[in-house]
Amino acid sequence: MEKRVKFRGWMLPLLLIAPQVVVSAVFFFYPAGQAIWQSLFIPDPFGLSMQWVGLGNFEFLLSDRFYRASFVTTAIFSILVTLCSMIPALFLAVIADRLIKGSGVYRTLLIWPYAVAPAVAGVLWLFMFNTRVGVVSWYLGQLGYDWNHVLNGGEAMGLVVVASAWGRISYNFLFFFAALQAVPKSVIEAAAIDGAHFWRRFWTIVLPLLSPTTFFLLVVNIVYSFFETFGVIHTITAGGPQQTTTILVYKVYSDGFVSQDLGSSSAQSVILLIVVGLLTVLQFKFIEKRVHY
Amino acid sequence: MARETHGMVEKRGAGLWLTHVFMILGVLVIFFPIWLAFVASTVTQADIIRPPMPVWPGDQLWTNYKNALFSGINVPVGTMLFNSLVMAIGIAVGKIIISLLSAFAIVYFKFPGRNLFFWLIFLTLMLPVEVRIVPTYEVVAGFGMLNSYSGLIFPLIASATATFLFRQFFLTIPDELAEAARVDGARPMRFFWDIVVPMSRTNIAALFVILFIYGWNQYLWPLLITTDPEMNTIVMGIKQMFPSGDDFAHWPTIMATSILAMIPPVIVVVGMQRLFIRGLVDSEK
Repeated sequence: MEKRVKFRGWMLPLLLIAPQVVVSAVFFFYPAGQAIWQSLFIPDPFGLSMQWVGLGNFEFLLSDRFYRASFVTTAIFSILVTLCSMIPALFLAVIADRLIKGSGVYRTLLIWPYAVAPAVAGVLWLFMFNTRVGVVSWYLGQLGYDWNHVLNGGEAMGLVVVASAWGRISYNFLFFFAALQAVPKSVIEAAAIDGAHFWRRFWTIVLPLLSPTTFFLLVVNIVYSFFETFGVIHTITAGGPQQTTTILVYKVYSDGFVSQDLGSSSAQSVILLIVVGLLTVLQFKFIEKRVHY
Repeated sequence: MARETHGMVEKRGAGLWLTHVFMILGVLVIFFPIWLAFVASTVTQADIIRPPMPVWPGDQLWTNYKNALFSGINVPVGTMLFNSLVMAIGIAVGKIIISLLSAFAIVYFKFPGRNLFFWLIFLTLMLPVEVRIVPTYEVVAGFGMLNSYSGLIFPLIASATATFLFRQFFLTIPDELAEAARVDGARPMRFFWDIVVPMSRTNIAALFVILFIYGWNQYLWPLLITTDPEMNTIVMGIKQMFPSGDDFAHWPTIMATSILAMIPPVIVVVGMQRLFIRGLVDSEK
């Protein structure tokens, strides 16, 4: 789409666009270029010179047991976060949609957790499951279950998944609720006249009508669990125990800043760059579909 | 329930009550962590380290919050709140200004390199801060912007999303308005201030809500560049309040800080709910 009417001149528009271009160049493109460039070198142990290794960092990474484990961890983590945030959200949205009165009140209450930063959510869940003072872990202890996410990798994963999914339920709820409200009531009533009961109507009519929203949320939630859950993991497990909760973004951080392994960290950044690129393309594909729907 | 008019597929009687029960259960489960944090911020440390902690608030609310706000653990929480506020508002306002300007340039002018710039802005979508942390840190350190507000704000300020949103909106402004402005001999910036900006105010407000939350909730970036506790933001500062050794964390102060960290974004989200939902749906489209 284009405007028919345009103003003349080229100095002014360049000036107008300059702030955004300069900020993008300095803080986005230059660092991204640096990451790609640095991924081709390894610094000597004293940090005085760089040695060209070509794709050596990548070869090393891809054969590294811990890095490959981190890929698997990220996959498991993002699938679980996506499911744990979308299913309860859909359930709550379906219920809220059945209410004529009061759904606004529930909505107001349900959007609270969205405002809570992932890192703060991490602290809240850490507090409930803390091995020494946590309420939930204490009651689990009373029931004979010895909760210890500090030592048990599975429990650590469970905890970071729930803490990451919690705030996202609000977000997904809002989108599902809006989509449900847009389903034409006449279609539902026609099915009801034909004798289809609630769950049958849900599976055969409502869910297919929700599919554009569902696909959209799938992609958005995967992106979220890849990149925005750093705060949760850093506050609750710091990637442990034994790297069982080290997702890719956490590994870039811990290799780059904690271990100062620049070459490897840059190569990881480049791999992430490719992942984001693919996810962005995917996102746009679905959004295009949504528009045509 | 007879007062309500029902379509034929809405539930009545017992079914309706069941629906409310499910809904209330859902809300309770989702609220539980926040409630527990609030309770913990109103009791003494002794109440917490002897589990199970109480489920109803104690009488230490004033003491704990005063303690957190004015002394804190590393730095008064009041200072961290102020830093967060500067960062969140800086990011939101900065993103809105540069995006309004660049969208105006892209929509209303034809100039050399226009498509190239458009694609450059588009590409920034693919470069979240998480994938370029080390080199971006080096750039910011090179400018001497570590431990400064500009270091907290500028690297997060370029936003393709906001630019696209404004571009989309500008395209819906009737051409007649620009035509009339041109016939009247109004200069482009005049048209921008008198027509475009006032017409965009709902979009600006909706975007502000979303961007404020985005800025407030940043964690990784402040963690990297604010080594001086005086510059910590509240969201990243909470983790710094935990002792590194085997000591007990001072939970009442930490939980009071967590509650303080969520109050401003909750006020913004709940208070401007309509704008928030609109902003959310628009910016994700």
